[in-house]
Amino acid sequence: MPETILVVVEQRAGKLNRVSWETLTAGQAIAAEMGWTLEAAVAGSGIENLANEVAGKKVAKVYAIQSPKLDPYTADAFAAGLKQFITSRQPRLVLMPHTYQVRDFIPKLATAMARAAITDCIGYKKDGAKVLFTRQMFQGKLAADVSFTSDAPWFVTFQNGAFRGDKVEPGSSPAAPVETVSVDIADNAVRNKPQEVFKEAKQAVDLTQAEVIVAVGRGIKEQKNIDLAKQLAEALGGEIAASRPICDSGWLPMDRQIGSSGQTVAPQLYLALGISGAIQHIVGMKGSRTIIAVNKDSEAPIFEIADYAVVGNLFDIVPPLIEEVKKVKTGG
Amino acid sequence: MKILVCMKQVPQKDAPLKLNDSGTWIREDVSHEVNEPDAYALEEALRQKEKHSGEVVAITAGPARAQQVLREALAKGADRAIHLEDNAFVGLDAFNLARVLAAAIKDEKFDLVFTGLQSDDYGYAQTGVVLAELLGWPHATIIMQIEKSDRGIRVKRELEAGYFQFVEMPLPAVLTIQSGINKLRYATLIGIKQAKNKPLRKIALADVQSAIGPNLQKIERLYIPQKSKNTEFLDGPPAEIAKKLVDKLKNEVRVL
Repeated sequence: MPETILVVVEQRAGKLNRVSWETLTAGQAIAAEMGWTLEAAVAGSGIENLANEVAGKKVAKVYAIQSPKLDPYTADAFAAGLKQFITSRQPRLVLMPHTYQVRDFIPKLATAMARAAITDCIGYKKDGAKVLFTRQMFQGKLAADVSFTSDAPWFVTFQNGAFRGDKVEPGSSPAAPVETVSVDIADNAVRNKPQEVFKEAKQAVDLTQAEVIVAVGRGIKEQKNIDLAKQLAEALGGEIAASRPICDSGWLPMDRQIGSSGQTVAPQLYLALGISGAIQHIVGMKGSRTIIAVNKDSEAPIFEIADYAVVGNLFDIVPPLIEEVKKVKTGG
Repeated sequence: MKILVCMKQVPQKDAPLKLNDSGTWIREDVSHEVNEPDAYALEEALRQKEKHSGEVVAITAGPARAQQVLREALAKGADRAIHLEDNAFVGLDAFNLARVLAAAIKDEKFDLVFTGLQSDDYGYAQTGVVLAELLGWPHATIIMQIEKSDRGIRVKRELEAGYFQFVEMPLPAVLTIQSGINKLRYATLIGIKQAKNKPLRKIALADVQSAIGPNLQKIERLYIPQKSKNTEFLDGPPAEIAKKLVDKLKNEVRVL
């Protein structure tokens, strides 16, 4: 029997998220390179449509893992349901998107099966009969190739943007078969009672629409210095934004935050001032057309994705930059 | 409420890292600090204790240098501390480290265990959830608010893209705490003085050896990531850099 890869996609409100498609692309690539079979699964309640959608892609089979207890999401139900399913199918490799939801249950699921999860991967490498998974460490300053030393199944999550979701290969006609699998989750297994998902406040600013974003990080040092970055944003006709620590400190409101817990943007220009480039920030802005980074640390990970880099003190660079920009704007 | 806070010492954020000779880990000669989300976890535990009374215990695993994290926690108001003291703990995967933590607290009765949502070094985001599963407790991750409720606690989970969710859960439970949940306090001079007399229990590797199995994952190679872009570095005096940048903005990025 060939080895199987199982991609568990994630849905919210009846829609698959983009990183699920990206993970499916990853599964297709690994399956092709290793000569393994690719299968996919959707877990939830009333998710046949989504299973059919996935079955239109290049996969051998799609499972609709069903239980009324899988909706709304709880870690207890997802770990119990998926453990049951995975134990019965014994895939070699289980791939999932590295979302907040997967982060919430995959360590529990892997532990319940006495297995490990290699999380937040950005790629993979074939190494003989082994597959190594590449993940960022030390906030993106270093990368590691990690192998499993346990028996299968192996659990892996892929980071947002690690693969191209629009590159997922379509399947041939007819579509892949869809099998509905009911899982039994005991009444007392689910201990947490989740309430409705909500948005904190109406977002004052939709940064996704901005053509130019000037973003500040820890390098801005003090709250009063934010004004300097604001002046630059204003001169460029752009919006001011920040990495998480700046919003945590209350120096800018939370709705100005870029990254996994804030907004995801892809402007024409992203000008990063004093941002080191932790993974959580990068995932929110790496799709920007042009990235300019100013940072005094030449090893800051932000420089790995920058088009133009300035190693230096932002307080030296920004004031003359504002002047030059103003000159162009007024002088034409 | 009796709360355990799992804390980790990690390399300082802007410290330059050097690889060891085998290219599997970093060299030790680097300055360290407390993992940032863990500092927020400690602060939240202290606030909960101030509201509901109880006890706050800080625990860490690592070589002698890691004791600094516990000293700071005691100075800020933790009642006592546990140090799993050995360099070998640094190389454990999340599964084994959680097993060690579970072994270290097996004779205690905590209502809550807090961890930071992830570490700045490995960045697994797993240890707290694995620990919950080993203890047989419910958990919730990326927490931004904690209140007592009739059933136990009501927590606010952060979801992606500005969404949140409240979750009711029974105790005991494990929570992974998000940075920014509160405002960190500084240790006072009195606090630092008092910390010297607070209990700090040391646990040696041998005491928990039986809890440690083989790691389930292995770092084969650690390296400086390859650049994915052709980055153009602009240098010179600031005024010249500013001119070069404006030239790029005008002629290549075309936003001016």
